[in-house]
Amino acid sequence: MKKDRRDFINTCFRFAAGAGIVGIAGVLAVKSQKGDFLWQLDPSKCTQCGRCATSCVVTPSAVKCIHVYDMCGYCDLCGGYFRPNVKNLSTGAENQLCPTGAIKRSYVEDPFFKYEIIDELCIGCGKCVKGCGAFGNGSLQLQVSHDLCVNCNQCAIASDCPSDAFSRVPIDQAYKFAGFKSNKKI
Amino acid sequence: MKKSFAFISLLIVFVGMEFVAFSQQQRFPKPEFESGYTQPVTSMPAPRDGMFAILDVMVLIAALSLITWFILKRRSRSGVVAVSIFSILYFGFFREGCVCSVGSLQNVVLALFNPGYHIPLSALAFFVIPLVYTLFFGRTFCAGVCPLGAVQDVFLMRPVTLKKWLQKVLGLIPYIYLGLSVLYAATASDFIICRYDPFVGIFRFNATFFMFAIGAAFLLISIFIARPYCRFFCPYGVILNLVSRVSKNHLTITPSNCIQCKLCESSCPLDAINKPVAVKQMEDKRAATRRFILLSLIIPALMIVGGWTGANFHENLAKVNSKVRLADELLHFDSKTMKESLEIEGFRTSGKPAKELYLEASEIVKQFYYGGWILGAFIGLVIGLALSGLSTYRYREDYTPDKGNCVSCARCLKYCPVEKD
Repeated sequence: MKKDRRDFINTCFRFAAGAGIVGIAGVLAVKSQKGDFLWQLDPSKCTQCGRCATSCVVTPSAVKCIHVYDMCGYCDLCGGYFRPNVKNLSTGAENQLCPTGAIKRSYVEDPFFKYEIIDELCIGCGKCVKGCGAFGNGSLQLQVSHDLCVNCNQCAIASDCPSDAFSRVPIDQAYKFAGFKSNKKI
Repeated sequence: MKKSFAFISLLIVFVGMEFVAFSQQQRFPKPEFESGYTQPVTSMPAPRDGMFAILDVMVLIAALSLITWFILKRRSRSGVVAVSIFSILYFGFFREGCVCSVGSLQNVVLALFNPGYHIPLSALAFFVIPLVYTLFFGRTFCAGVCPLGAVQDVFLMRPVTLKKWLQKVLGLIPYIYLGLSVLYAATASDFIICRYDPFVGIFRFNATFFMFAIGAAFLLISIFIARPYCRFFCPYGVILNLVSRVSKNHLTITPSNCIQCKLCESSCPLDAINKPVAVKQMEDKRAATRRFILLSLIIPALMIVGGWTGANFHENLAKVNSKVRLADELLHFDSKTMKESLEIEGFRTSGKPAKELYLEASEIVKQFYYGGWILGAFIGLVIGLALSGLSTYRYREDYTPDKGNCVSCARCLKYCPVEKD
């Protein structure tokens, strides 16, 4: 008899727990219908503090510099490529701003040069972004490279970002470029 | 002096003009190339395939079903070890410890409290599926599917039994950790379980020295003390523990009837085997009942004291929130003596009025005030229940697993000499 009572109470609790789990799952399943969300870096808020390079859980960081070619002026004296007060506009390492030499400069036609980011070398420090934004068009912009981003629960850079530039967005807004009319879809 | 003022005002006008010009046209317009140069496409790599998330959930269900079958039907410890190693490799090293059920708890809480947040379906599945399995079969998820538990379990070589009082006291930490993580997730401040996950740095090979040291310490301790993280820290384990207590088909030590041979008595490294309670002990029942009632009566007092303490600490608790921290920093910022931090610089460039930030921060601090009351009352309740639980005796003839604490690791099974009939 005693055993039965205990069994009965257990069963009651079991059903209560089951109902609770199903209830939470049901409520949240409706909410999660909106599809996957990704982390987006808003370059208009970014201050190029350099924390993207160090805070990311992926090494090297999943934040990379992305070149928005449509905004580039193809300058000979590129503020993103050369150090300030550079004497000699050559590809010498001593002239480059990028600490890892991740920008490739190549001649297009007089007087224009093309700048390409080598993703494998870029560490997302944002030095070139700062230079290009200060002296040029701002066509170099930091973005979360979504093939590398593991889409953490709580983005480690987002919680360290001093200017609140990271946010969770629906998948079709994954990339956002500042100073550029429409944000292209991937 | 005048000259410099004029220069500055000119500069402001110039910069202002520049901004206007920039919004319409770039400083250096894109050239029109004559050499037939074609511009490369701006690279926007596509995100990792969403199929991965579905695969993760499938693997989770498969691993859970397999390990449950190994534990309950095959009663085989080696099967559990095999699944454990698979989980460490797949959920640990391959998926780099993310998404995990322990952390998904915070997503669920955040989604419940924050209408603007959309929980990923995989995180929800990782929260719910182990709970459902636990409701039916006990904590088979802990046994070897959770990579955090599995990695500690395979390290266990020389189990040492801890004193009962120490186990009870340390066993309160997970409740406090659960309360804190719920508070921080509900206020959208931080995901502390993920931040202080001791093994994720090892799975990813890139922890900071501090986190690596903690992870290594946990692994070294788990050579001697079974599953220190699971038993004395894991907040998800608290929920599984409670659900497992009412589970339907929990593992039994003996496949048939217990013959009280005592062989399994010290086989459990987690001390999760309930020993038979002697009749002599049951005779003390009256005094024990009186003690139980007395201790139960002080639970409300403990809750109020706890809540009051929690509410008093709410400002300190709120410091974890980055907005509150920034507002605090800005309030105490003195431009003469202090150097501007990156946060303040970032806030200044955003152009948001400081008043707005202070309002937002005070709103969050208020949430923490109520949260502090609830957290404190919860901790008081847990301590009270643990205290009064010490004087409950339940008549028991056989050796049975403690359904709450047992993680179904299946170590005890091979000690039982009884054959299945």
